[in-house]
Amino acid sequence: SFFPPKLFKRQTLCDMIPLVHSVSVDLNNDASLVIDIPDALCERDKVKFTVHTKTTLSSFQKPEYSVQRQHEDFIWLHDTIVETEEYAGLIIPPAPPKPDFEGPREKMHKLGEGESSMTKEEYAKMKQELEAEYLAVFKKTVQVHEVFLQRLSSHPMFRKDRNFQIFLEYDQDLTVRRKNAKEMFGGFFKNMVKSADEVLISGVKEVDEFFEQEKNFLLDYSSKIKDATAKAEKMTRSHKNVADDYNHISGALNNIAADNNTAFKKHLEKCAEVFEKLRKVEDRMASDQELKLTELLRYYTRDIQAAKDLLYRRARALADYENSNKALDKARLKGKDVAQAEENQKQCLQKFDKLSESGKKELTSFKARRVVAFRKNLIEMTELEIKHAKNSVSLLQGSIEVLKSN
Amino acid sequence: MSGSCGRIPPPFPDNEDQEAESDTRVLDSDEDDDDEGEDIFTGARSNPITPTSAPDECDIFSEEGSYIRSDVHHATNGLHPDEEELDLFTEATVELTLTNTTSQGRREIIGPTASACNTTQVPNSILKPSIVTKTTEELEEEESGDQFELNIAVTNPEKIGDGMNAYMSYKVSTQTTLPMFLNKTFSVRRRFSDFLGLYEKISAKHSLLGCIIPPPPQKSVVGMTKVKVGKEDSSSAEFVEKRRAALERLTNSSDAVNKMTIKMNESDNWFESKLQEVENEEQLLRRLHAAVDSLVNHRKELCSNTAVFSKSVAMLGSVEENSALSRALSQLAEVEDKMEQLHQQQAFSDFFILAELLADYIRLLGAVRCCFEQRMKVWQRLQEAQSTLQKKREAEAKLLWANKPEKLQQAKDDINEWESKVSQCERDFERVTCTVRKELLRFEKEKARDFKQHIVKYLESLLHTQHRLVKCWEAFLPEAKAIA
Repeated sequence: SFFPPKLFKRQTLCDMIPLVHSVSVDLNNDASLVIDIPDALCERDKVKFTVHTKTTLSSFQKPEYSVQRQHEDFIWLHDTIVETEEYAGLIIPPAPPKPDFEGPREKMHKLGEGESSMTKEEYAKMKQELEAEYLAVFKKTVQVHEVFLQRLSSHPMFRKDRNFQIFLEYDQDLTVRRKNAKEMFGGFFKNMVKSADEVLISGVKEVDEFFEQEKNFLLDYSSKIKDATAKAEKMTRSHKNVADDYNHISGALNNIAADNNTAFKKHLEKCAEVFEKLRKVEDRMASDQELKLTELLRYYTRDIQAAKDLLYRRARALADYENSNKALDKARLKGKDVAQAEENQKQCLQKFDKLSESGKKELTSFKARRVVAFRKNLIEMTELEIKHAKNSVSLLQGSIEVLKSN
Repeated sequence: MSGSCGRIPPPFPDNEDQEAESDTRVLDSDEDDDDEGEDIFTGARSNPITPTSAPDECDIFSEEGSYIRSDVHHATNGLHPDEEELDLFTEATVELTLTNTTSQGRREIIGPTASACNTTQVPNSILKPSIVTKTTEELEEEESGDQFELNIAVTNPEKIGDGMNAYMSYKVSTQTTLPMFLNKTFSVRRRFSDFLGLYEKISAKHSLLGCIIPPPPQKSVVGMTKVKVGKEDSSSAEFVEKRRAALERLTNSSDAVNKMTIKMNESDNWFESKLQEVENEEQLLRRLHAAVDSLVNHRKELCSNTAVFSKSVAMLGSVEENSALSRALSQLAEVEDKMEQLHQQQAFSDFFILAELLADYIRLLGAVRCCFEQRMKVWQRLQEAQSTLQKKREAEAKLLWANKPEKLQQAKDDINEWESKVSQCERDFERVTCTVRKELLRFEKEKARDFKQHIVKYLESLLHTQHRLVKCWEAFLPEAKAIA
């Protein structure tokens, strides 16, 4: 393969953006359980994350751990949590998406094909671009996996989850464990969650004003944020293409300069240099906008879905409760199994109440979390864009002066 | 017979010490001949002859390489009188003696060893390596006080074509350190009529100034005819060789001749390399143009994608329940809208300042190539005219031989007509060459200046865009901070 197994260290990944996580704030504030992903290893298609834990909790055997985890391990953890009845009233942190190296892989393929027809400089430039793209994908995927774990660790209920602890502690490969778990659970809840929207829309009449509002808001918001995410992705893609074009222009100017033997040569080389620098700035503008805005939108699209899932579960519980009421009435009418029906109804109500109570809390804190995250990201993005644009300005001013004086 | 001759063939490298004593290089023309009258050179070659040119002889031949009638001096050189009549080339060669008062040693030409790359009918044994020349150096020194080398070799006679249209082509190789030439070594092929033309040109130019021009070898139609016809006997081979050697001596004979010859060689090379340059440049410019085109398109895409995103953010803002965030999002939508406009203007600049500039250059380079082609055409016309002239001359010779005086006048008229045509073509060619050269240099200068201006203008447009970007984002920042 083109790239040997590469180790990406946190420093490389985050040297350009602040270490604090953008999409979700106030995580890792509790020193009793601190998690981060300091590096990741990319081997062919597989990414191996190093999960590093520091804890003062007595439930853990050691104060510090460092384990290797694959993307599938994260998915396993997410699924077990989803399928845990106990957490039905909670917004379950969305699972991190699969690392997508399709873009860089395509570029690598193109590079391999066009190798013979390129000059050495062009090839080196393309390789540079390719490495930058790999790096960008890495940044994103590490960030999103890390945030998932940190959401769990900062939640009072999830941090105590047994599977979560296994995930952080177990120093062997989780693959075998995963397979067994799948057989045990069967993925009941997970399948039901898929049809969430339909039930919510067509289903039960809502008694609680709060939840009625939440339902309407979340449905509307969900489709709009999905749309905004897609459009942001397209915009970022175009921006990166422009940066790439600056790169090619720089290369072409260098080729012309190489062939030229007059005093003009220096001028051409200077121009090539300017475009090379412009490309770097433009690239940073595009990727910072992506990390701060596009990733934000992406994340909250998933989080909104998680919130919708909670609403759905509550709606189901409400439906169950209403059914149990009907069953009780029937039983009373028939005079049969009344005690059982009463018990069932009581349990359904309990469940529904529990979900409503915790749901309200979760959704309220979700609102706050969302607003804070948007604020933080928009500020950071704006500050970065201003910084890059100012860099561009001084670069261009300097270059224009040099070119004019020659 | 040969022993009495004061002229010796060009030395073989191992004969160097033999000749080292003498500073003078007396160029050999020929000796007696025992063949038909047309044969000028004989087998006397096979015997290397020691120079009899004694120092005192050199006195006679002054520094300017003067033209001296052989009959005046041959007696002292020990030439047999009867040889003179047959030696048509003598006049051309005797005076080509070189000055002697220099401390410079001779310079051997490290030209292509004739024997090594001989592809003709001339037997190897007859071909000799090139001649040493010194006149030019001394003259140049006296004139300019600089020391420069200028060595020319005429080698590789090759028969081009067949039958009566055939001609011999000689390779003229030059090695020089003269600063007026771009290259140190170069070579072209020339035929006999080219040398004749050169002679005529130099005569016209320099004889008026009082320079002495060594006349070229005379045309020997019959001898040439034999070669053309392909008669491969030693006599025709020798003929070619004699001619080759004579031509070489001619081109080495004087400053003016050298310069002219080399100028013709160099001019060709200059044009060849310029054409190559132009073609390369065109290709590279096309690639640059393609990259700029791509930029224009992507910028336009960015523009429309930003517009679409802006609308989407506005929608999101309208749904957002938190009022401060909602306001911030609609402000963001406005920022993105402004950016769309900026991108559009920038795309405009991308196209009109940069892309169009490059497209223009590519078109201009195409026009430059046309100029080169024009020159080529004129050259071809010249070649054709020269070839026709040659035919007319041959026709005349045939008539002479066949003794048909009545048609002779016509033949003579034809020759005159074509001689003037050739002259005209030569003038045209020189003029075209000169013009193309000037134009090309002018074009290059202007192009460089133009390109500079446009690049600066383009960068200024980028600068303007970035300034506006800063302003946009700075206006948005307080809105983002106001989210609560």
